[in-house]
Amino acid sequence: MDEEVHVAAPVKRSLGGWLLIAMPYLWLLIFFLAPFLIVFKISLSEVAIAIPPYLPTFDFSEGWETFRENLSSFSLENYIWLTEDALYWKSYLSSVIIAATSTVLTLLIGYPIAYGMARSPQSWRPTLLMLVILPFWTSFLIRVYAWIGILKNEGLLNQLLLSLGLIDEPLVILNTNIAVYIGIVYSYLPFLVLPLYASLEKLDGSLLEAAEDLGCPPWKAFWKVTLPLSIPGMIAGCFLVFIPAVGEFVIPDLLGGSDTLMIGKTLWVEFFNNRDWPVSSAVAVILLMILVIPIVLFQNQQQKMAEKNG
Amino acid sequence: MAKKSVGPVRREFTPWENPDHPPFIEFRNVSKKFGDFTAVRNLSLKIYEREFFALLGGSGCGKTTLMRMLAGFETPTSGQIFLDGQDLAGIPPYRRPSNMMFQSYALFPHMSVEKNIAFGLKQDKLPQAEIDDRVAEMLRLTKLEQFAKRKPHQLSGGQRQRVALARSLAKRPKVLLLDEPLGALDRKLREETQFELMNLQEELKMTFLIVTHDQEEAMTVADRIAVMDKGELIQVATPSEIYEAPNSIYVADFIGDVNLIEATVSEVSEDGTKLHSTGEGFLIESSQTTEAAPGDKVWYAIRPEKVRIAKGQGDAGAFNQVTGIVWDIGYLGDVSIIHAKVGADNRDILRATFANVSRMVEDPITWDEDVVLSFDRDAGVILTR
Amino acid sequence: MTRGPTWFNITSLIAGFSFLYLPIVLLVIYSFNESRLVTVWGGFSTKWYVSLLQNDQLLDAAWVTLRVAFVSASIATVLGTLAALVLVRSGRFVGRTLFSGMIFAPLVMPEVILGLSLLLLFVAMDQTRGFWTVMLAHTTFSMCYVAVVVQSRLVGFDKSMEEAAEDLGCPPVKTFFLITLPIILPGVIAGWMLAFTLSLDDLVIASFTTGPGATTLPMKIYSQVRLGVTPEINAVCTILVALVTLGVIAASIATKRQQVQRERDERAAFGAEG
Repeated sequence: MDEEVHVAAPVKRSLGGWLLIAMPYLWLLIFFLAPFLIVFKISLSEVAIAIPPYLPTFDFSEGWETFRENLSSFSLENYIWLTEDALYWKSYLSSVIIAATSTVLTLLIGYPIAYGMARSPQSWRPTLLMLVILPFWTSFLIRVYAWIGILKNEGLLNQLLLSLGLIDEPLVILNTNIAVYIGIVYSYLPFLVLPLYASLEKLDGSLLEAAEDLGCPPWKAFWKVTLPLSIPGMIAGCFLVFIPAVGEFVIPDLLGGSDTLMIGKTLWVEFFNNRDWPVSSAVAVILLMILVIPIVLFQNQQQKMAEKNG
Repeated sequence: MAKKSVGPVRREFTPWENPDHPPFIEFRNVSKKFGDFTAVRNLSLKIYEREFFALLGGSGCGKTTLMRMLAGFETPTSGQIFLDGQDLAGIPPYRRPSNMMFQSYALFPHMSVEKNIAFGLKQDKLPQAEIDDRVAEMLRLTKLEQFAKRKPHQLSGGQRQRVALARSLAKRPKVLLLDEPLGALDRKLREETQFELMNLQEELKMTFLIVTHDQEEAMTVADRIAVMDKGELIQVATPSEIYEAPNSIYVADFIGDVNLIEATVSEVSEDGTKLHSTGEGFLIESSQTTEAAPGDKVWYAIRPEKVRIAKGQGDAGAFNQVTGIVWDIGYLGDVSIIHAKVGADNRDILRATFANVSRMVEDPITWDEDVVLSFDRDAGVILTR
Repeated sequence: MTRGPTWFNITSLIAGFSFLYLPIVLLVIYSFNESRLVTVWGGFSTKWYVSLLQNDQLLDAAWVTLRVAFVSASIATVLGTLAALVLVRSGRFVGRTLFSGMIFAPLVMPEVILGLSLLLLFVAMDQTRGFWTVMLAHTTFSMCYVAVVVQSRLVGFDKSMEEAAEDLGCPPVKTFFLITLPIILPGVIAGWMLAFTLSLDDLVIASFTTGPGATTLPMKIYSQVRLGVTPEINAVCTILVALVTLGVIAASIATKRQQVQRERDERAAFGAEG
């Protein structure tokens, strides 16, 4: 086989080639990047009773002078406000803690599932894989909603436990952080199981046989061989749970209580109930800055894995 | 040709010996760089009409890049490429009068065998009746008639290879480019197909350009071979010239098996050259004249099958003769190969092969025996690079 | 040693899948509950499905959602396929890093941020919010999912097939439609389906970007859920779950069949050669 070295080089492109790039590129510039710049800009504005409810607006029509004047009235006031009101930093902190705790719980529950799938007979695997993917296709909202009926005081879980005589009075789970943990673990479990399964399935069975052949008992072979080799899958899965969980809104809103602080919910309330667009924009900017670190780490890890496999 | 034979005969064909014969394909000072990597370096080459030409070389030597520039998939960094007198610069692949058979075959998985073969003809907007005729002809030529309606995944490797061939021949291109065409086939099928390719080329009277890393394949099918290394041509010659008169150590070593003996020139005359080997400490007399002067370091390359081997001791002062001890014997069925330790301290290995012409041999050569290795004065070549 | 499933493995699989499916199964069961009290079984009934059919608001919302999902999935599929082609084929170009960043960021970005930023864009553009703004918002984030799905299909694509087509006289654009598209079509269809269901499911982004007269089904469900669990919502959810499940199962059976047929063909072809 002749594999000549082809170093990626800038390609001479036809007009069609440029158009191909331009269409999705422009779309994303307009509908993804530009909105972020607007969020950033509004986070520097002041709230006002107007439509839209903030000042100054971004308007060139009144000429350069007005624009400059407006520019000077931008301020970091909203960011200062975020540090002064404990609600915000508590929300950020509690979001990160809840997301991290749920990620660990998801890993503890997801690992045996992924391991069981990877060790199951070859003929079961496509079916098992589909069973993990299927919930991903069904509505997030519905899956969260389903837990309300189970967890509430007169719900199915309490009915079951009462009838079994395990408890004397209903457990209060709904509207607590426990319900939020359950909701996050339940909703994001497939995201963790899939990459983990992929890395466990690739693991060559002969490695374990070699370990045992060299005198390593199975449980030790698991610690010494399987677990270390599945670390890339675990990391990818944990990122996929942690990153979206930090900004989660539906789960804390429906399952959590009034004292469950999560930043997604705080932003929502700030925006829809208080109609304070500048502050909610500032909240979004900070949240984004918090998430940039794990997102970049995740991208790097994915790239490294792709290079290793390629 | 007076010889009797079945089917087309390999004709007397040597246009490259005539400097006035116009080339059909010409690469003129062609270079190709990918970033910092130079795939092809200032290369010039002429290929003639109806020639079966092979580009031979190891991985990354630039042979595939050279072919892809002719097909139009790569643009030369500098230099020109001519096909039938026309400068190909700026002509996209889909307007070039060449067709290519891909290493992976690149059959369209969603089209039947017929549709695959008809694809190129349809692009030329030929009338349907003519397309049907041509497809039928191609199916017949490649013995694929009963598979016309099948999809590529319903075919065996050999059948897929023939579909790819039929598809690239259907448009009757001015030149057919074959990129490692037989690489995916097993050895038996590959040898068979090599002869089929040669017959097909005779029958269609077309120019074929093949890229391969398999020296036996190149030797079998091609009229001429270009041996490439690091983006440059090392030698362009007929298969027998390449084998019997390699112009460099690289070519001698790349094609077939060879003993390379380091030697110093001791005497140069009109009817030959005398050398003494550095390691083995024996004398060589060659009928070859060389530009090297007495005292120069050179290499004497001799093929194992041209070394005679017999039991016993040789004369110490004789030319083209050396005594050794049998170190290893490899029995390959048709031939046997003997590795003998020769020279001072018996440190060097000289290889000799002989054909096993009879089934039983009385008193065969065996391990640790003393042997004499000898060869004719025109058996090897003196190489200076 | 045996490599069969151990008891531990089987137990963890059963426990894991029960955890994944039990809530949905219970939801489906209780949608057939006679009693208005969702958690008390009062006998089998389909009355909530009947009352659903008379709930014009819910049906309107469903109709809006389907239209948004259809249009946005279709545009997202075109744009996402183009984006995947750019990522896999275009080599280096100015702003490539930014481009791939913009493709992958929406996959992990919190929905509240996406929703808020798009709303602020529409406000800045002085755009009346409603059907079109929700559609544009959904197109933007689902095209990224399509791009990722199609990209994985394109990576395994033998580029020499396109070269062969061009070599045989087919210009590039025609080659795309005759060769590339038919071969990556399964990926494109999967991308469309994913975009469609994502749009169907979305609550947060739609809530931010919608306007009067364009309430989607998830928004409707959400506002009712906040008031408490009702059998009617259970019924809506059951229908949605059933539709998606049927779709996914049908698609995977079709793929599986094709695969089996293909393997059989290949075995037959190689058997014939021997």
